[in-house]
Amino acid sequence: MSKPKTLFEKVWEQHLVAQPANEPALLYIDLHLVHEVTSPQAFEGLRLTGRKLRRPDRTVATVDHNVPTIAADRLVIKDDIAARQIDALRRNCKEFGVELYDVDSRDQGIVHVIGPELGLTKPGMTIVCGDSHTSTHGAFGALAFGIGTSEVEHVMATQCLPQSHPKTFRISVEGELPQGVTAKDVVLGIIGRIGTDGATGYVIEYAGSAIRSLSMEGRMTICNMSIEAGARAGMIAPDQTTFDYLKGRRFSPQGAAWDQAVAAWSQLRTDEGATFDRELVIPAVELTPYVTWGTNPGQVIPITAEIPGADPAASEADRRGVERALEYMGLTPGTPMEEVTINRVFLGSCTNSRIEDLRAAAAVVSGYRVHPSVNAIVVPGSHLVKEQAEREGLDRIFRQAGFEWREPGCSMCLGMNPDILQPGDRCASTSNRNFEGRQGRGGRTHLVSPMMAAAAAIKGHFSDIRTWEFKGEEVNV
Amino acid sequence: MQPFRKLQATVMPLDRVNVDTDQIIPKQFLKRIERTGYGDFLFFDWRQDPGFEINQPRYRNAQILVAAKNFGCGSSREHAAWALDNYGFRCVISSSFADIFHSNAGKNGILLITLSEDQVNTLLQRAKQHEGYKLTVSLEENTLSDDHGFSTTFKVDSFRRYCLLEGLDDIGLTLRYKDDLDKFEKQHDRDFWLTPKSA
Ligand code: SF4
Repeated sequence: MSKPKTLFEKVWEQHLVAQPANEPALLYIDLHLVHEVTSPQAFEGLRLTGRKLRRPDRTVATVDHNVPTIAADRLVIKDDIAARQIDALRRNCKEFGVELYDVDSRDQGIVHVIGPELGLTKPGMTIVCGDSHTSTHGAFGALAFGIGTSEVEHVMATQCLPQSHPKTFRISVEGELPQGVTAKDVVLGIIGRIGTDGATGYVIEYAGSAIRSLSMEGRMTICNMSIEAGARAGMIAPDQTTFDYLKGRRFSPQGAAWDQAVAAWSQLRTDEGATFDRELVIPAVELTPYVTWGTNPGQVIPITAEIPGADPAASEADRRGVERALEYMGLTPGTPMEEVTINRVFLGSCTNSRIEDLRAAAAVVSGYRVHPSVNAIVVPGSHLVKEQAEREGLDRIFRQAGFEWREPGCSMCLGMNPDILQPGDRCASTSNRNFEGRQGRGGRTHLVSPMMAAAAAIKGHFSDIRTWEFKGEEVNV
Repeated sequence: MQPFRKLQATVMPLDRVNVDTDQIIPKQFLKRIERTGYGDFLFFDWRQDPGFEINQPRYRNAQILVAAKNFGCGSSREHAAWALDNYGFRCVISSSFADIFHSNAGKNGILLITLSEDQVNTLLQRAKQHEGYKLTVSLEENTLSDDHGFSTTFKVDSFRRYCLLEGLDDIGLTLRYKDDLDKFEKQHDRDFWLTPKSA
């Protein structure tokens, strides 16, 4: 019998083009996702060197980072530099023969939302994109990771990438998730334990019964934030949940080919007895709803906890890091998290803008009004998500409660479009990064689950979702 | 790409942990479609503070940056490496670097040196203490030293080291395996369950 292998090793080995001695392996790339921000210099590089795009059929582009989320502003973009960048992508896609889901396309959306929803993302693939949250696609058992612009150009020219062999790290979450604890809380809980550099150099495989019980949306939320723990990628073995999600998607195989595909994908699981470089087991009962208090995703506490101070036992650099974060966030140690007030809410981003996220938030909001001092927006991850939500009447629930209902894009996740925080604004956000200035200079970001963001919008301060009184109409969660 | 062999240069200390790429180059500068001209925007938000190191005349010509752990975490934006490079930094020293930043830096001829936390602290202290503090880096010999008795060797992944020393274009290197690639691809394309548009 051959040596037992991990899921990662299986995918890696199936994509090895060459393994030169003393050099990184050359890995074949199945799907290259492209967006406006990290591609112009790569296309330019191809032009300058007279190289062609090797596989336009394995390349798909969309616009997401820069696009305004107010319908009227989308066709003529007022920000000249952003407009120029989007135009550059249009010209480049035309010149190099790449399919582009443009602003007016029904398939446009955040690149990590549309890949899975169109069925472009498949188990066992290698997937790259000039965006660190490419790790999202690992939820399907793909090896998916973010790359820089030079690498984007490299994949365009050769459809492969030199990659050093990462180490492997299995994180198992075992048991039933307590009520009110969502996928977002699971991943925040993990990052809180291992730190923002806790998985640097590793590919994580998430396993255990709590992970198995999650929907594809939940699994994507978890894999999405692998990069926030420093991991190269996060993966979850495909199973029936995965196949059910993929069946019938636009670019999924059909008929007899579907059965053959499922048979191939079913091999993609870690063999009994395979070993990892590192293992961590987390009992699900130890997890709670979380809120970040600081300026990186590892600075996170349970909703019922108090804002921490610097740990006297930590190194001086770490202590200063904590003090700096407290100062930037305008928080005092000892304050209960539930007393921290907010004035902005952002429901969206490639972490939490899928239909299930919107359903969960709508269920909380239904029957309530947004707190008078809060401005709250919902930005669906894609047109298809938006349409589906509108079919289910979620837009009505959000609007009636006083949320703004926007067009799809990255929006306030990184504030490259007009959706930004003002200095001093405090935001409950379902996105993935709470870095200084991420959502706007001087803005203060607290990362939470969609339900917790919705509750904060209503109360005007953070609030424990486990004690929420759901009073609205039934929402299909 | 400019080869990196030996460098003697002024050091700028950045005594902060987890310096993320949003800090190195904020998003408003990612809308440009050029590859150059990012130097003035390096650490844009922080440099609004007149006391920030970049604004101090003593660090004006610094080409070596020393920072506390987990430098370059966050987004994959290569603009972070371009900004450091355009500004004039050719070498960054820290006790750890984020993965994607590591590879982006290498592709732009920036040498990243990983030392122990203690060593990084020593360098941070010396750079703050001694005006005009310089370090000498030799990638040919894998050594790093100053004029105050600090001297150490460092390790760089052998392939990255070779590319830096020679200033090699990655794509050209990959194309040495073109025959392997053609053969692999032909076979691999038959696995239709691994193609994006299999319907
Ligand atoms: S939503 Fe945010 S994290 Fe996701 S791709 Fe867009 S900018 Fe990046």
